[in-house]
Amino acid sequence: MITVENLTKSFQGVPALKGVTLDVQSGSVLGVVGPSGAGKSTLARCVALLERPDSGAIRVDGTDITALGGTALRNARRQIGVVPQGDSLLRQRTAAGNIALPLESAGVPGPQRRTRVGELLDLVGLTDKAGSYPDQLSGGQRQRIAVARALAAGPSVLLADEPTSALDPETTGSVLTVLDRARAELGVTVLVVTHDMSVVRKICDDVAVLEDGRVVENGRVLDLVTDAASRTASTLLPAVDQNPVNESAYDRVADVVLIGFAAVGALLPEAANRFGVELNLLGGGFTRLGETPVARFRVGLTGERADSALEWISDAGAAVRRTLKGPQGVAA
Amino acid sequence: MRSATPWSDVVELLVEATGETLYMVGVSTLIATLFGIPVGVWLQLTSPGGLRPQPAVHRILGFVTDLGRSMPFIVLLVALTSVTRLIVGGSIGSSAVIVPLSVGAIPFVGRLVQNILSEVHVSVVEAAVTTGATTVKIVRSVLLRESLPALINAIGVTVIALIGYSAMAGVIGGGGLGDLAIREGYQRFNDRILWGTVAWLAVLTTVLQFGFTRAARASDRRRHAAI
Ligand SMILES: Nc1ncnc2c1ncn2[C@@H]1O[C@H](COP(=O)(O)OP(=O)(O)OP(=O)(O)O)[C@@H](O)[C@H]1O
Ligand SMILES: [Mg+2]
Repeated sequence: MITVENLTKSFQGVPALKGVTLDVQSGSVLGVVGPSGAGKSTLARCVALLERPDSGAIRVDGTDITALGGTALRNARRQIGVVPQGDSLLRQRTAAGNIALPLESAGVPGPQRRTRVGELLDLVGLTDKAGSYPDQLSGGQRQRIAVARALAAGPSVLLADEPTSALDPETTGSVLTVLDRARAELGVTVLVVTHDMSVVRKICDDVAVLEDGRVVENGRVLDLVTDAASRTASTLLPAVDQNPVNESAYDRVADVVLIGFAAVGALLPEAANRFGVELNLLGGGFTRLGETPVARFRVGLTGERADSALEWISDAGAAVRRTLKGPQGVAA
Repeated sequence: MRSATPWSDVVELLVEATGETLYMVGVSTLIATLFGIPVGVWLQLTSPGGLRPQPAVHRILGFVTDLGRSMPFIVLLVALTSVTRLIVGGSIGSSAVIVPLSVGAIPFVGRLVQNILSEVHVSVVEAAVTTGATTVKIVRSVLLRESLPALINAIGVTVIALIGYSAMAGVIGGGGLGDLAIREGYQRFNDRILWGTVAWLAVLTTVLQFGFTRAARASDRRRHAAI
């Protein structure tokens, strides 16, 4: 479990973090997103103990790690595995040698080190690349080795700054799978900085939006997508085209967010039947948030009982996010 | 006009002088490397972007290093006479040349090493920092190990520079190839010795350069890399 309390950090008098407070529950994955220059990397570097904050605390399992020095600092660093931004592998060492580095730092003896390196290569699915040098690996493979290295010393927190920024979608998937396995199989708490919403969709339980050095939105991903006021929600959910011409043909137009079973069930057709309204899908689609299927549709309804139908959909567990036409805020 | 020196005698002189040169340059390079690498490491660690930034220390060390580098070798050769006598027990001969040669090369190697270490990417060094490695460990396993190919090349550069400097060894009776070319060849108008030595020096430096380049490449695990 990791807690960030009121963290501030300035560079030459220019504030980069203006009081950041965050919680990451044990064994969960937090995504930190936000525009360029928001302070995401600065936050990550503070948590990685590469940058000392001006004020505030960072607690890992209750202990403030910001003021440590010497041996205590090095020990704390072993509690936090870091996948730094960009290429960070030793190019003169094999994949296995790179993963062994934190174990050498921790003074783990040779035979145990080899066993552990084997386990980690297995975890990231690169056992056959043990003897390859970084220049013989693809970008995605290098990044997975970097994750294995970060996990080698058995940290309780894993921190990754833009781990997929230079990768294509397919390779991104393989790296995210590894991060997800780390959480699932090793129980580590993961903090991942990203500008890619697909990373949040695929592996994050929670998301924090950083803007201009402040957290402007923070919460569980599944809660935020049904929150009408959330700006993150629209970037996480399937997009709908704006098509006012089309929409003018209906009595009511609404955005419906369906989560879990409801997303794959026949809720919408049933509502149409029950209330005798004509219900058309104007846009939207399906996605997944972690393992959970989620749908967001823009629907157009025609018929006297259109409002009742929307209300019923809402009562059935869907979030009717916005009634774009007709009475506002039917439900949620 | 004397008759030309027989080629067999030229070869004999060359062999002897080569031995002297290699002795002076070899030992000096060893000493310069032994002291120059720590100087380079120290310079890099204390630099603004280094692991232990210490602006004052860095500036003083940098100043002394550059002062040493700017000193003409011939001046060092005579200026260090008393130090040399103290260390090797005399101020004449090949062994005596080793002292100024080493002293001159330490700052040279120091700067080379610092430049090389500064090329190791910040993200690589920081990754090692986050593993909880000590500074000593990072210097050894990251900075020096990652730079090994470039360091081997730097030692090659030093060897060849020192062969050049050692030509002035004759001033204090150090012998060697440069001395042979100047004293026996140039000053006595002996073209065979002069040009024979020049040609042999060209061959020797080429072979050494080739050897160091090969060794550097053999130690390099990067594939599409320019050192
Ligand atoms: N070492 C530094 N020295 C001076 N200013 C810095 C330093 N590091 C960050 N900053 C400044 O702090 C602010 C936040 O930078 P940061 O790198 O944390 O942003 P970011 O959210 O990671 O952006 P990006 O998405 O582009 O990576 C920026 O205005 C940046 O210029
Ligand atoms: Mg960044």
